[in-house]
Amino acid sequence: MKNLITSAALTLLALASGATLAQSMRPAPSAASAYPVAPAAGLYQAFGEEAGIRSLMDDFVVRLKADPRIGDQFQDTNLTNLAKSLSDQLCQLSGGPCVYKGPDMKTAHADRDTTRAQFNALVEVLQQSMNARGIPFTRQNQMLALLAPMHRDVVTVR
Amino acid sequence: MLHPRNLTTSTAARLLPLAAAAALLTTFPAHADTGKLLLTGGVSSVEGAAGGGISPWAVIGSQATEGEVGVSAYASRAVTRDHGLSAYGVAVGIHDRVELSLGHQNFDTGVTGRALMLPGLRLKQDIVGAKVRVAGDAVLDSDSLMPQIAVGVQFKRLQSSGLDSTLNALGAQRSGADVYVSATKLFLAQGILVNGTLRATKANQGGLLGFGATLGGADNGYELQPEFSVAYLINSKLAVGFEYRGMPNKLQRAGQAAGLSDGLRADDWKDIFIAYAPSKNVSLTAAYVDLGRIVPATTGGRKQTGVYLSAQIAF
Repeated sequence: MKNLITSAALTLLALASGATLAQSMRPAPSAASAYPVAPAAGLYQAFGEEAGIRSLMDDFVVRLKADPRIGDQFQDTNLTNLAKSLSDQLCQLSGGPCVYKGPDMKTAHADRDTTRAQFNALVEVLQQSMNARGIPFTRQNQMLALLAPMHRDVVTVR
Repeated sequence: MLHPRNLTTSTAARLLPLAAAAALLTTFPAHADTGKLLLTGGVSSVEGAAGGGISPWAVIGSQATEGEVGVSAYASRAVTRDHGLSAYGVAVGIHDRVELSLGHQNFDTGVTGRALMLPGLRLKQDIVGAKVRVAGDAVLDSDSLMPQIAVGVQFKRLQSSGLDSTLNALGAQRSGADVYVSATKLFLAQGILVNGTLRATKANQGGLLGFGATLGGADNGYELQPEFSVAYLINSKLAVGFEYRGMPNKLQRAGQAAGLSDGLRADDWKDIFIAYAPSKNVSLTAAYVDLGRIVPATTGGRKQTGVYLSAQIAF
């Protein structure tokens, strides 16, 4: 029993130090990847600020679940929580005052297998939602330009 | 720049929720009805490769993305002041990595054939193309200036026709190959797509008038010709733009040696176009083309301006 506790403690210690190491090894911000990370002027306002973004995401998650291509993947998802998380993200990305605090992206994707087709399908559903909300095409693309580079972290490299 | 993990820490943090949403997606059977985003795959060029109307782009044809195989087919028609061209073909896109295409062109020589005492002369060319995407993502890497880059080859063969003896006399071959490299970038936030292609070629009018020429000591070697396309996305279904394609002019000197003065000279090709995609699987393109002079000895030196229409289906 004592051995078990000791090994459990050691394991936790190892995990904790590993996480600290992983934190310190994150890449520093680089000017080379800075194009056009800054949101277009007025993008947050064009999306109706916090309330507008939240209703957009409320609509988006319902469409995601109903989508014949990727809806299955969201059958067990709490849509309200998902909409809230996504709203925080888009709000912050587009220049709003929100701050998202959530799980690490790499960890979240470590055991996932996501295809490019699924990623594109998700983008299309987002376009459907933005169309339904009457967001101008130019503004849609400005938002997508902030989201699209994420494919590198989401789509499984084959 | 090519490294997949070059996001800054703060950017990564901001992207977390959508990533988490995408993470909920698990393995899904591969099929090509999800595929690419609308109007981001270009249309079918007149030589069969995916791209603009007259120039190949670095995009891989069909709706297929990674892990998928797709197919596209097109039919196109161009009518200029003195000539007509019909073109049709198919392309297969494999894993958004390799594109194989087959194209056929049928050129109605019109007044030129009659001037050559060959009324009704039609020049038919078959084109087998292959293209490989070697780097980049034209659409999704919107935080980088890195374009999508592809290299390609087009093997062309002009069928035997009444023009054979003329081409022989000029020292032009009836078959040849073009090799090209293309770079395509969608500036997503601006809705502007730019493509540049550099083609090594000796094709006269794309090969319809043979390849190279030797008569009179004409330069019979390969030359590098630049091609440019710019498109502006008006909305998710509509794009407008212009194109330019440099054209070898090898027949001019051979024509001079044959006593035709500048009667065989060629000019660069240009067009302005509008492309409409009523659905993911259908695109329609209309263009005003200016192909410059084509065998001006037989057309009074008129510029071959006219209309180009093309329809494509892609899955």
